[in-house]
Amino acid sequence: MNKIDIKNGVVDMSHGGGGKASSQLIEQIFFKYFANEMLCTADDQASFDIPAGRMSISTDSHVISPLIFPGGDIGSLSVHGTLNDVSMSGAKPLYMSAGFILEEGLKLSLLEKIVKSMGQASVDAGVPIITGDTKVVEKGHGDGIFINTTAIGIIPEGLDIGGDKAQIGDKIIISGSIGDHGTAIMSSRENLEFDTTIKSDSAALHHLIADMVQVVPDIHCLRDPTRGGLATTLNEFSRQSNVGIDIIEQKIPVKTSVKSACELLGLDPMYIANEGKLICLVPANKVDELLKLMQSHKLGKDSKIIGEVVAEHKKMVTMQTQLGGRRIVDYLTGDQLPRIC
Amino acid sequence: MKYIEEFRDNKLAKVITANIKKECQDRQYNIMEFCGGHTHAIFRYGVQNLMPDNVKYIHGPGCPVCVLPINRLDSIIDLIKQENVILCTYGDMLRVPGSDKNSLMKIKAAGFDIKMVYSAMDALKIATENPNKEVVFFGIGFETTTPPTAVLIKMAKQLKIKNLSIYCNHVLTPSAMQSILDMKVEKGETPVMIDGFLGPSHVSSIIGTTPYEFVPKKYHKPIVIAGFEPLDVMQSTLMIIRQLNEGRCEVENEYTRVVKKEGNKKAQQLVAKYLDLRGTFAWRGLGYVKNSALKIKDEYSQYDAEKKFNMTESNTDDIKGCECAAVLRGLISPPECKLYKKICTPENPMGACMVSSEGACAAHYSYGGLLE
Repeated sequence: MNKIDIKNGVVDMSHGGGGKASSQLIEQIFFKYFANEMLCTADDQASFDIPAGRMSISTDSHVISPLIFPGGDIGSLSVHGTLNDVSMSGAKPLYMSAGFILEEGLKLSLLEKIVKSMGQASVDAGVPIITGDTKVVEKGHGDGIFINTTAIGIIPEGLDIGGDKAQIGDKIIISGSIGDHGTAIMSSRENLEFDTTIKSDSAALHHLIADMVQVVPDIHCLRDPTRGGLATTLNEFSRQSNVGIDIIEQKIPVKTSVKSACELLGLDPMYIANEGKLICLVPANKVDELLKLMQSHKLGKDSKIIGEVVAEHKKMVTMQTQLGGRRIVDYLTGDQLPRIC
Repeated sequence: MKYIEEFRDNKLAKVITANIKKECQDRQYNIMEFCGGHTHAIFRYGVQNLMPDNVKYIHGPGCPVCVLPINRLDSIIDLIKQENVILCTYGDMLRVPGSDKNSLMKIKAAGFDIKMVYSAMDALKIATENPNKEVVFFGIGFETTTPPTAVLIKMAKQLKIKNLSIYCNHVLTPSAMQSILDMKVEKGETPVMIDGFLGPSHVSSIIGTTPYEFVPKKYHKPIVIAGFEPLDVMQSTLMIIRQLNEGRCEVENEYTRVVKKEGNKKAQQLVAKYLDLRGTFAWRGLGYVKNSALKIKDEYSQYDAEKKFNMTESNTDDIKGCECAAVLRGLISPPECKLYKKICTPENPMGACMVSSEGACAAHYSYGGLLE
């Protein structure tokens, strides 16, 4: 089969037509970087044996702009984001699928870069992409590339993790600094470029989670504070579990560079997306052991206890502010809009 | 974050709180914080609940998007629909409700070209990149955002850009303050008892402190120019309380690290060169206020969107039942409005005070749940 011109070529409608051009694209880009036996048999589906127990499945569509940002790209993000969602049940992810919607005119070199990064993320995570799909839309009908990924995993026996499982007295741990991803994305958007060292925290957390649930199987809640940020996730827990949540502003880790960027743009890091952090609610008598374990892990070294679950003010999150006052922390409404003054 | 974190320090906050408690006499202290920036800081950091019960903040009209009357917004929406221009606007404006449940956000979703910008200069760039389209910059804000609008006119003229104009809605702080102090109390309204003002922060960095002299001189109220950080607000509160207790009434400046008595002369000159006083301008909540806004000077009328497109103002009423007017004048607190939290929420704001995070209602909604 002829080699496609990755260096100079662009995606055209024939790449989604199912014919020769489609096969070339799939074999020379997708198979090359996702290389695994199940995918490369080139059947319309992948089949595999499943162990006994409960499964967990999650799907996520990635439409991020810009496609490449400080600390990652849409490819690695589409692996990390979905693996994190599936593993927040405590599950060990097994396999992934990937669906691509490519816009006519997308440079093949850019596509290769993204797919390569995605393949590397999947290898690093130890979770192969075993089935996939590619479609091409006309120019102007997409934003370069959209990627949907689905992951499935197996939940180890004895775990019962869910947003409705918070108990009064539980301690709240965050696995590191908040706001890195969202701020990195904003800093690289076309109309808002500013010089910064902030990088996205995009990372797959399932290895950290596997260690956590092994040591403390009775973790009550786990969630990654992506869109809507820490504030939104805590509000979800307090409503799902019908409890109050108290947090202490000064304990919440925020990098100085993120704080400064937020200050400049009039945004609140509490509402900014993260892609490599988790929030964990755990019984108070297990918190020290869990914190120590998390801090010994590369992706949890900056873990902090930031608050606790309380019986008062049910379905409401309150914060002791750094000034010493108290206020509620509500859901994010709409998008955060920068203020004029 | 040096020079910011220090102004949020809880040890210093404790000291100021203790000083305020010590200073407070057996009387009520009603302090109007004029700016939305102050309102935001008070709620965001929980300043109100550090104060003794007899110190109360009344949230003033200093939120530029909140005070823009509906018909000004309707006019620009009409223009976008008719002329298919590119509108460049600061983010705050996007959700402000106009008539018929319209907003710039909804118009944008309907396919019209509305771009959120961070700087007036972005409009210049957009105009250069789109030579075949008319670009309109939504000029809004108090004296703080006016100089950048003046620079925009200057640059457009210098670069001979013909497809850019400005929809000028810049308003002036001192005249709004005067209008609040002159307000006649109508039948059935409880008069606002304002004992003193926290004066504007960023605005004063431009205009200086002299323009507020009339507040103590004519109205015998103390005013303290206050920074937007929570410790600024608290320290300024203490300064007002001291003035009241000592029977003094003057313009004091707490925000000396930024605000000079004479302000920023260069910015003032720029504004004076390109902009003129408007005889009168409608404020949501305050009605028509004399000499309270700016327009583009006649000699630069080619950059004035109102003239370029023969824009007309419709006679639209504020939303029925919406108490923004009373909230903006400090007559009622947000939860006293019948629409508050029921049908008026930040997701679906009925009145402008619910839109910007600086608006009294939105700040109350987002942060103030413990006060209700």
